[in-house]
Amino acid sequence: MITFEGVTKRYADGTIAVNDLHLEVPTAEITVLVGPSGCGKTTSLRMINRMIDATEGKILLDGVDVRTIDPPTLRRGIGYVIQQAGLFPHRKIVDNVATVPYLLGWDKSKARARAMELLERVGLDTALAERYPFQLSGGQQQRVGVARALAADPPVLLMDEPFSAVDPIVRTSLQDELLRLQSDLHKTIVFVTHDIDEAVKLGDRVAVLRVGGTLAQVADPATLLSAPADDFVREFLGRDRGIRRLSFVPADLPLRTDLTVPDDADISKVAGVAAASGLTWLAVVDSGGRPSGWVNAADLPLSGTVADLRLMPYGTFVAGRDSLRSALDAALLAPSGGAIAVDDEGRVTGVATAGALAAATSGIAAEGVGTGRG
Amino acid sequence: MIRWDWIGRNLPEIRELLGDHIVMALLPILLGLLIALPLGLASVRWRRLYQPTVGIMNVVYSLPSLAVFIVLIPITGLAEQATVIVPLTFYALAVLIPSVVDGIASVPTHVRQSAVAMGFGPMRRLLQVDLPIAVPVVLAGVRVATVSSISLVSVGALVGRGGLGYLFIDGWQRQFPTPIVVGIVLILLLALAADGLLVVAQRLLTPWARARSSA
Ligand SMILES: Nc1ncnc2c1ncn2[C@@H]1O[C@H](COP(=O)(O)OP(=O)(O)OP(=O)(O)O)[C@@H](O)[C@H]1O
Ligand SMILES: [Mg+2]
Repeated sequence: MITFEGVTKRYADGTIAVNDLHLEVPTAEITVLVGPSGCGKTTSLRMINRMIDATEGKILLDGVDVRTIDPPTLRRGIGYVIQQAGLFPHRKIVDNVATVPYLLGWDKSKARARAMELLERVGLDTALAERYPFQLSGGQQQRVGVARALAADPPVLLMDEPFSAVDPIVRTSLQDELLRLQSDLHKTIVFVTHDIDEAVKLGDRVAVLRVGGTLAQVADPATLLSAPADDFVREFLGRDRGIRRLSFVPADLPLRTDLTVPDDADISKVAGVAAASGLTWLAVVDSGGRPSGWVNAADLPLSGTVADLRLMPYGTFVAGRDSLRSALDAALLAPSGGAIAVDDEGRVTGVATAGALAAATSGIAAEGVGTGRG
Repeated sequence: MIRWDWIGRNLPEIRELLGDHIVMALLPILLGLLIALPLGLASVRWRRLYQPTVGIMNVVYSLPSLAVFIVLIPITGLAEQATVIVPLTFYALAVLIPSVVDGIASVPTHVRQSAVAMGFGPMRRLLQVDLPIAVPVVLAGVRVATVSSISLVSVGALVGRGGLGYLFIDGWQRQFPTPIVVGIVLILLLALAADGLLVVAQRLLTPWARARSSA
């Protein structure tokens, strides 16, 4: 656990970058520091590994004041990843990753073996090991940066906007990779970003800072989105706060199992199912149990089978695992306004109707009343 | 126009002049590097030292070389290697000190900061991060200094020790062009060879530096 106890940083020119910060960073969790440019995120991060020393207050690392630890020793136990990766241009990738093990005096073959293991771990081809940083793409360099920070297996990882210089697709995959790594490694991570989407995606807890270096709110992402502490936080969360919130709500929707028809069914059967359910949109399921589209029973020919009908596009979500946001997204892909629920193997388990989705989202909105204006 | 037989007869002497020329041209570069490194590093560490150091070096650089050689004769002696080597060392410094300072400045801030963040102490960082990354810039300075040193040695002939430069005086005094041509060709070849070797050295020492501008 990292604890900020009334930490203030005043630079030589009088700028107060961080002001009386009290914050707990729990062990084995990702704590995200988020806020507008200049609000003191980098300063806060660097006070942990003493690249910057606090003017007032204390930072405790598992109860020990970091000021009592010799900086190089402290830093070798804390991984650090920055935006431009900061790789050493003159060292091969494998040696870049092995930097801290070398500093700790591991023997060369052990350090290199460890580096190779980490390259694999962060999803890099080990054939890249003998290259130099300039021969890698930005996304690959960033992965190397993460591998390097993990090389000596430090319990703490500091990450300063590590993914903000790469394009959105690469960024998403790096974020997923980090979450995957974290589920194995359980590091205590402090992650700095100015991107609220990244913050709520990665953070177990999110601390919002405001310019002037004060803490505006710290909470888990769902709480932050549903109950912003004040106008500043609400503003910072932005206009899509409602939609983002749905990511944290499980899709516990009532599923109808009477709204599916096999893809070889006779038209008369389709009409019968529709009449019995009282609804016109039915989901078509193939012989393997997988969805193949929607049909509209209001618009049937007089004879034939489902195979003769034009199937309409559909979207799916995994019931019990995906969020309400995924279910809504699936519904938006279909003219029926409903979403098809599937299991992990992609087999249809039921249908969430447009009505069920509308009821679920308005339920969420009702919970939020009084805590936000959205 | 060229008397090949003269070259044949004077081969041993030409060879000796060439050796002398190489020593007087390259020793200043080595000495210059040995002095420029600590001075350059000190200028990086104490910023305020940099401007005065470069200022003094530029003034020295602007002094006519012949005048400096003559001033030095009473101290280092007529026709001595040192009379040429000492001023050329100063000329080399004028190029090499800024190269060392620029070389260290070429280390990207994020690279230096991540070195600090990983727990490099100041000395280790200097030796393992800053200096290796400075090598391409420093070597570029070494190339300039080497080529100009090779050409400047010949001025020493006017104070009795100029390596291949002696051939110019000899040819001019006797109105006999062959030695002059030989001197020019050898100095050119020497400069080309030295520069070529430095380029090869740079390739071997810094295989990582080819796409450096993007770092
Ligand atoms: N060395 C310094 N001297 C003086 N002021 C500084 C120094 N470093 C940062 N500051 C100021 O302190 C404040 C906080 O800076 P910091 O770099 O911590 O912000 P940040 O939240 O990381 O911003 P960004 O999102 O732009 O990276 C800013 O106003 C900045 O100008
Ligand atoms: Mg910052």
